[in-house]
Amino acid sequence: MVENRPFLNFLTHLVLILGIATVVFPVYLAFIASTRGPTEFMSGLVPLTPGDHFLDNYGTLLGAGSTRAGTLPFLSMLGNSLIMAVLVAVGKIAISIISAFAIVYFRFPGRVIAFWLIFMTLMLPIEVRILPTYKVIADLGMLNSYSGLVIPVIASATATFLFRQFFLTIPEEMMEAARVDGAGPMKFFWDILLPLSRTNIAALFIIMFIFGWNQYLWPLLITTEPQYYTVVMGIKRLAAVLDGDTQWNLVMTGVILAALPPVLVIIFMQRLFVKGLVETEK
Amino acid sequence: MQTKRTVFHSRILPYFLLAPQLIITLIFFVWPAAQAIWQSFLRQDPFGLKDTFVWFANYKRLIGDPDYLNSLIVTLTFSVGVTVLSMGLSLLFAVCVNRVIRSQRFYTTLLVWPYAVAPAASGLLWWFMFNPSIGIIPYILHFLGYDWNYRVNAGDAMVLVIIAAAWKQVSYNFLFFVAGLQSVPHSLTEAAAIDGAGPVKRFWTIIFPLLSPTTFFLAVINITYAMFDTFPIIDATTEGGPSQSTNVLVYKVYADGFVGLNLGPSAAQSVILMLIVVALTIVQFRWIERKVQY
Amino acid sequence: MASINVENVGKIYTGGVRAVSGIELDIADGEFIVLVGPSGCGKSTLLRMIAGLESISEGEVKIGPRVVNNVEPADRDIAMVFQNYALYPHMTVKQNLEYGLKNRKTPREEIDTRVAEAARMLEIGQYLERKPKALSGGQRQRVAMGRAIVRKPAVFLFDEPLSNLDAKLRVSMRGEIKRLQRRLGTTSIYVTHDQLEAMTLADRLVVLNGGKIEQVGAPLEVYHAPASTFVASFIGSPAMNLVKAELHGDRLAIGPAMIDLKGFAPTSGAVTVGMRAEDLRLVEAGDNALPFRLEYAEELGSQRLVHGTVGDQSVTAAVSPETPLTPEMSFTIDPRRLHFFDKETGKRLAGGIPAEARLAPVEPVI
Repeated sequence: MVENRPFLNFLTHLVLILGIATVVFPVYLAFIASTRGPTEFMSGLVPLTPGDHFLDNYGTLLGAGSTRAGTLPFLSMLGNSLIMAVLVAVGKIAISIISAFAIVYFRFPGRVIAFWLIFMTLMLPIEVRILPTYKVIADLGMLNSYSGLVIPVIASATATFLFRQFFLTIPEEMMEAARVDGAGPMKFFWDILLPLSRTNIAALFIIMFIFGWNQYLWPLLITTEPQYYTVVMGIKRLAAVLDGDTQWNLVMTGVILAALPPVLVIIFMQRLFVKGLVETEK
Repeated sequence: MQTKRTVFHSRILPYFLLAPQLIITLIFFVWPAAQAIWQSFLRQDPFGLKDTFVWFANYKRLIGDPDYLNSLIVTLTFSVGVTVLSMGLSLLFAVCVNRVIRSQRFYTTLLVWPYAVAPAASGLLWWFMFNPSIGIIPYILHFLGYDWNYRVNAGDAMVLVIIAAAWKQVSYNFLFFVAGLQSVPHSLTEAAAIDGAGPVKRFWTIIFPLLSPTTFFLAVINITYAMFDTFPIIDATTEGGPSQSTNVLVYKVYADGFVGLNLGPSAAQSVILMLIVVALTIVQFRWIERKVQY
Repeated sequence: MASINVENVGKIYTGGVRAVSGIELDIADGEFIVLVGPSGCGKSTLLRMIAGLESISEGEVKIGPRVVNNVEPADRDIAMVFQNYALYPHMTVKQNLEYGLKNRKTPREEIDTRVAEAARMLEIGQYLERKPKALSGGQRQRVAMGRAIVRKPAVFLFDEPLSNLDAKLRVSMRGEIKRLQRRLGTTSIYVTHDQLEAMTLADRLVVLNGGKIEQVGAPLEVYHAPASTFVASFIGSPAMNLVKAELHGDRLAIGPAMIDLKGFAPTSGAVTVGMRAEDLRLVEAGDNALPFRLEYAEELGSQRLVHGTVGDQSVTAAVSPETPLTPEMSFTIDPRRLHFFDKETGKRLAGGIPAEARLAPVEPVI
């Protein structure tokens, strides 16, 4: 459509640039703080340009951890987060894709009940049933373990739903042709359905990876041994050291370290991520 | 509920396929939820030795508890604040991005990444900016004659958590609004343009009404997000204070149950929250199902 | 190669909706049968029951000597071509062709021979390494056919295989399907809603309506002696004119006109009369002529269709393109070419000329 409104175009870009500035600013500030020394915040005004403690701060956190907060080196917490995020993502995708396969491609007694059970209960955030869930984990002896970190959050309504929606859009004839071609259910699943779901699996992996990485309350509750700490709860422990005495430079270094991996994942896989996110709900 | 018109015939295979998901659901979701419901009808004696079945006494006490009522109001304010702020901004950004042609991808990339930042980290970022002694915003506000301090001022604390929560949610809403805007057929806006409607009028009379399903869906999602997923933000910043002013329902459940060890009342709060989740889920599901039935 | 027997077959969906009932059909080995009817008539359901994709609620389907009601589609020795082709999008053309054979543990050399043979027959040799996405509609259609051919099944089932193609391609693919079927001699059942496709392809047509068979017969038989008003209006283009009329002895009253039947009156009283557009002949106004008020004309090049009314009923006639158009025209018809249908049930009463007699030109009686 031919439309020439220079002022409106200018306004559009202005709004976007201001918006992005607002969105980016807190992180910029955090980055600045992470390059400064511990005493540079006392003056009352936060500096707006990078300092020269970049290597100091990141080196300290990654290598030794903060002695005062009693955390491990960030390197090992980042490792734990990576393990948790990958296991959660893979696990969620694996068990959800087979559930969705059962729900869409079979008709059996209890199908609707199973679907609603998955859908309803998995929507219940951990926060609302925190005590009894904690108790179950404790009774099963899963405190302070990777299985405790991963297995209880591995069921997924979102992923099951995405796969269900996707399977429903696959033409009916695809499965009928496969059946005429002599493929049984599991053969159809491996030969046809799984390859067709590749993009969805990848997109979902990104979303679930971020979900797993950003888990907060769950690791906070079930890990008391530092060797299982994840980085997101680690930064909170770092910040929780008496407020007045907070080492802002280190806390912000931690925030940057904790946020960087998932942010990079999104930026480099933006197309897949957007597809995954928007289609999950559509 | 939908299946394929032709299905595989197998008596046991579907149950095997569903088993992992169902077992985890039963052990870690249904069982604890059932426990919470049971627990909500019990009261423990002060020594934690004996449980008495008290019917709805815990619920009655909750309804009469000014702290709980306060928490309800706080949650409402917080949820509405987060929803309006983040949806308003994202709609604005989405409309702008939809207008530009060449730099769409560039702007989108710069707007979507906060989605990946952990809520706890987002809380800390804004906590740092709003810190009364060293934060940059109080410093600026001071010059404008406002003495900012979220540690003593309830309003300031609420603004802090709303901004921190909304900041993270903008990218999510933005992506959905962009998708919604791009699904509005060009022929409609072109027809409106031929009918003599300018860009602003076109937006309010054609595009915005067509976006209403997206808007409604996002409103539900945002309320759900604000009510349940913002626990880390509260915990990393205000911890419910000052004097309960940001003590939203999920945080209160945690604080009363896990920290205060008030089992019965905390369980009753859990049950109420579950009911809210179920209600929101049904609303959400109806929306999705409607879109699927083509 | 196999014959197919459909015995009193019916389909009731869960929820009690009846899609098909009382289907009786014997298909000879090597025959090309076309199931035709409007959408929702049950033709696809019937095909899918024969394929094994729908369960059979009532009756029996036999392929060869074997009752297949409870046999999996893969074990019925059939191959199917789908409307949207249902090619596996992540596999190359070659992999698509091979998939069914591999699942049946066909030896490698055998697979290669058959794929090469099918590729040659369908001229898709140069696309074998491509994915379906990179093919045109017509090429995809050929691959879908190839996937059926390599299996060397006893029966081909076609579910509206040409309806996703453009008009020109459809005509040429139609010819190709017919040629292939003749060459392979495989029993085929073909579903379509396009009566022209049905007429051109079929050895025998099965016209379905509301889940029941209206008529089974060779294309010309069905065209010249439709069993009901439904078949009459469905088969043939333009559709047969159906008008309300009344028999008075040997005379037929259509609106204001009276036609002398010259001894061909099959019954008496009110009837529905069918007239093919090409059977109406332009005459001078007078006795035995239908006064026709012209509304508009359609030019088809080889002929001209005139649409208008006789009395208050719509009638279409086919005339030669040179015929001058005037607001008032008159047509007549050979009484032997009138079709009489029951006014209530729409069932054929009498009339029309048997297909054999049609081949010789009919002398005008008037």
